[in-house]
Amino acid sequence: MDPMNYIVLAAIVFTIGAVGVLVRRNAIIVFMCVELMLNACNLAFVAFARMHGGIEGQVIAFFVMVVAAAEVVVGLAIIMQIFRTRRSASIDDANLLKN
Amino acid sequence: MTSTLAAGGYAATTAADGGVLSYAWLMIALPLLGAAVLLLGGKRTNAWGHWLAIAAALSSFVWAVLSLGQLLGRAPEERSVTVHVYQWIKVGTFDIDLSLLIDPLSMTFALLITGVGSLIHIYSVGYMAHDENRRRFFAYLNLFVAAMLVLVLADNYAVLFLGWEGVGLASYLLIGFWQHKPAAAVAAKKAFLINRVGDIGLLVSIMLLFTTFGTVTFHPVFESVDGAGRGLMTAVGLLLLLGACGKSAQLPLQAWLLDAMEGPTPVSALIHAATMVTAGVYLIVRSGPIFEAAPTAQLVVTIVGAATLLAGAIIGCAKDDIKKALAGSTMSQIGYMTLAAGLGPIGYAAAIAHLVTHGFFKAGLFLGAGSVMHAMNDEVDMRRYGGLRTVMPVTFATFGVGYLAIIGVPFLSGWWTKEGIIQAAFDSGGLTGQILGWVTVLGAGLTAFYMSRIMFLTFFGTKRWAKDANPHESPAVMTVPMIILAIGSAALGAVLVVNYTLANFLAPVVGAPAHEFDLVHMLTSPYSLAALVLMIVGVAYAWVRYANDKVPVTAPKGNFITVAAREELYGNAINEGLFMRPGQQLTRATVAFDDHGVDGVVTGIARSVRAASENLRLTQTGFARSYALTMLFGAAVVVVTTLGVNLA
Amino acid sequence: MNIVPLQTTAAAIGGGETATFYILGSIVVLAALGVVFSRRAVYSALMMAVVMIGLAVFYGINEAPFLMVVQIVVYTGAVLMLFLFVLMLVGVSSSDSLVETIRGHRLLTAVIALCFLVPLVSGLSSIVAGEPVGLSAGVAAAGGSIPWLASEIIYRYVIAFEATGALLITAVLGALVLAHAVRTKKKRTQKQMSMDRIRSGHPTPLPGPGTYARHNAIDMPALLPDGSVSELSINPVLAARNPEDQHGVPEDMRYSIGAIPESGGRPDAQASNGDEQREDESSWTR
Repeated sequence: MDPMNYIVLAAIVFTIGAVGVLVRRNAIIVFMCVELMLNACNLAFVAFARMHGGIEGQVIAFFVMVVAAAEVVVGLAIIMQIFRTRRSASIDDANLLKN
Repeated sequence: MTSTLAAGGYAATTAADGGVLSYAWLMIALPLLGAAVLLLGGKRTNAWGHWLAIAAALSSFVWAVLSLGQLLGRAPEERSVTVHVYQWIKVGTFDIDLSLLIDPLSMTFALLITGVGSLIHIYSVGYMAHDENRRRFFAYLNLFVAAMLVLVLADNYAVLFLGWEGVGLASYLLIGFWQHKPAAAVAAKKAFLINRVGDIGLLVSIMLLFTTFGTVTFHPVFESVDGAGRGLMTAVGLLLLLGACGKSAQLPLQAWLLDAMEGPTPVSALIHAATMVTAGVYLIVRSGPIFEAAPTAQLVVTIVGAATLLAGAIIGCAKDDIKKALAGSTMSQIGYMTLAAGLGPIGYAAAIAHLVTHGFFKAGLFLGAGSVMHAMNDEVDMRRYGGLRTVMPVTFATFGVGYLAIIGVPFLSGWWTKEGIIQAAFDSGGLTGQILGWVTVLGAGLTAFYMSRIMFLTFFGTKRWAKDANPHESPAVMTVPMIILAIGSAALGAVLVVNYTLANFLAPVVGAPAHEFDLVHMLTSPYSLAALVLMIVGVAYAWVRYANDKVPVTAPKGNFITVAAREELYGNAINEGLFMRPGQQLTRATVAFDDHGVDGVVTGIARSVRAASENLRLTQTGFARSYALTMLFGAAVVVVTTLGVNLA
Repeated sequence: MNIVPLQTTAAAIGGGETATFYILGSIVVLAALGVVFSRRAVYSALMMAVVMIGLAVFYGINEAPFLMVVQIVVYTGAVLMLFLFVLMLVGVSSSDSLVETIRGHRLLTAVIALCFLVPLVSGLSSIVAGEPVGLSAGVAAAGGSIPWLASEIIYRYVIAFEATGALLITAVLGALVLAHAVRTKKKRTQKQMSMDRIRSGHPTPLPGPGTYARHNAIDMPALLPDGSVSELSINPVLAARNPEDQHGVPEDMRYSIGAIPESGGRPDAQASNGDEQREDESSWTR
């Protein structure tokens, strides 16, 4: 098996995540799909690290994880806040900037 | 073209060498400071503001007297002093200093302005006592005095124009002082607009002078007048005349003066009788060398003067409003001066002499009229007066002296100076001289008639008062200035004219008198006798018509001349038909073009932009997912492009 | 196509790994599809856990033991739990409507996603990377995978590391600020609550759920003496969650108070029926 298969898998998962971001309205699920995309990228980084015999890919994956954690914390807090004020977790409802 | 003037004082200006003259700018600064304090000080200065204004005007007068004293201490040919105040504008070769020119001519004016001005300031304390805006009134009066002094003391046309506009502004503010009266507001606007027409003439002439001579300072310009073309000088002269016509209410820009009587009476006395309206005469006399280089322009000046002389007199004969009748008289008298000024050096001194005495007796007459109005609850219709001589003896006496002076009773001020003009007109020679001379003689007769009409309607005959009228003599603060002016009206002419005192004083500027003073000739010349006869006829006719019990309270219909005169010889109708209506049409057309043409293009562009935006706006759905879709689309494009590039 | 020949010194990928890849890869892809397409957010979260664990295994295979552990502990353990927690807060009861509200959005998404995926996969799969270099040499040199990673992070990427720390602290503060709700009304005292209860017209406790021979759960309504369903006996949230859950309930006893509210739906679609539920949720969240 060629290690590129990992990359292909990562691309597929990434695309699935992107589609999820586009079709789902529940903000939490959208967020999960974003995480899915990030994880796909991490897989690619780890696979690249192995392919090239360097540790940098893993370092980047590590940082991605940390940043993703921070993002989740803030993002979920924002979702909570929006839900509190608008009684809805639908991202389509958050359209105050329209018009 | 021989210029007696260039050889005279103009070539020899000297700088002020310390002393009073070096501080001549104080004459302007003091009233200006007074105006600033009153206008900026607000209500705080209400209690003492008018006294401050009077102090400013009086101190300015004192300074003028001191300056005169120092000027008289110099040799006649050294009496032209330039006082440099500061550099005003300097752009390349365009270099204008704010300098003052102290010479006999400007000092004569400065004394008249500050002297009469101070008296009218004092009079106004009484006249405006009950006006809640008295402080503002005095501020404007001070502003006027300052601006008028800038005008006459200027050493170049640019500074003169500064003062010219300043007095225009003060005139506007004071005519419209009672803004709550629509008539006053409209009159102020009218005066301002008509003056603008004249100002354009003055402005263009200044520009012409600058482009021709590279300077607008009086002396250099006058010295180089001979080198310039006659056509150009004629143009400059005519444009200067246009400016003078606007400011001095000469035909064809006369229409504003009668309406200007809507202002408070002291304003009419100071601005629209004694000083500002004579600025045109000053301009023509000051610009003498230019006019001498342009005989055509000079001729036009005399024609304008003669026409205004008669028109003003005719209007004065028919008006029932005492102030408007006096305003017609003012027009007529300034017509005299303009005519004399147009005669050239032989007329300048006569014009200035008449200007000074006219300043006194006309101011006195206006103050008298103000006193009468003050007593009659601001009634201005002379048909509502009558028999006031017993009720208001001081006013009657002072008004009477002014009246006798203006109609030219021998040995009173008006006679001396008017005779000077009549004589100058006949002396100018030729057919023109004869015509002009007879016009002035006829004018003397008309003057006698309309002034007698005012006098008899007001002070003689039966009482035709309104029911609530309760006339009384005015307080001393008003009568004292009137008495002083009456003394001036009686005696000043003799002081100025006997032995050509004023003419000799002015000689460095306007040239020496043509011949020796000859009292016998003045009394016995046929023209003088003719003027005297006509004067008596005018008075007698007025006596028959107006000094009796049969004067109706409402004006009779009158013949067509009377009607025309009442309509101010249709000056307003002409203005309306010739300028206002076409102007309105033009404005409407412009507005229509602006609305449909210009705005059409602008709004059309705006509309199309807006329509485009409306369509573009639809892409902004407010759905984050739609935006994310475009991001994915972008990513797909990047992928496809990368792939395509790598395959290629 | 630019094919980079890689060194082939390290161990080749064996059959075991290949088999693991295909089996686990299929699971991961299916689970990822499940994340996207399950109607209920909780299922999505669970599918997400599957994906993450699968990816953790892949990390392990790809010689990244530290990341594997972090993936399981931090991602699956903490982050995903946070997701679930928030899911509970905003209403686990709601299941999303999958009806698309933006016209043509789904079709466009599909087309563009395919335009993205197909060239990407075809391009990637045309690359032959050869045998991976592997990390064994570096690991041996550094004295272990984790010491190597740690030295890289601490020495070479120390600034990025510090910045990430700052970012985390900022995120914590931001989350604190955002999640903090200022109490706008005074806290109700017990006295007040009891007064309100007496005044509410229903001073006694609400009736409990029904207990039946085959059903004994809180989403089963109780019957009133006349045989009708007691609407008070069941929490409206539970009832509203999914009528299909009551499939075991006899037809006449099925409990329903209106249509299913869609927390993820359009506001106009749920304006009429969501109010009651919302009140209840607010009492949970505050």
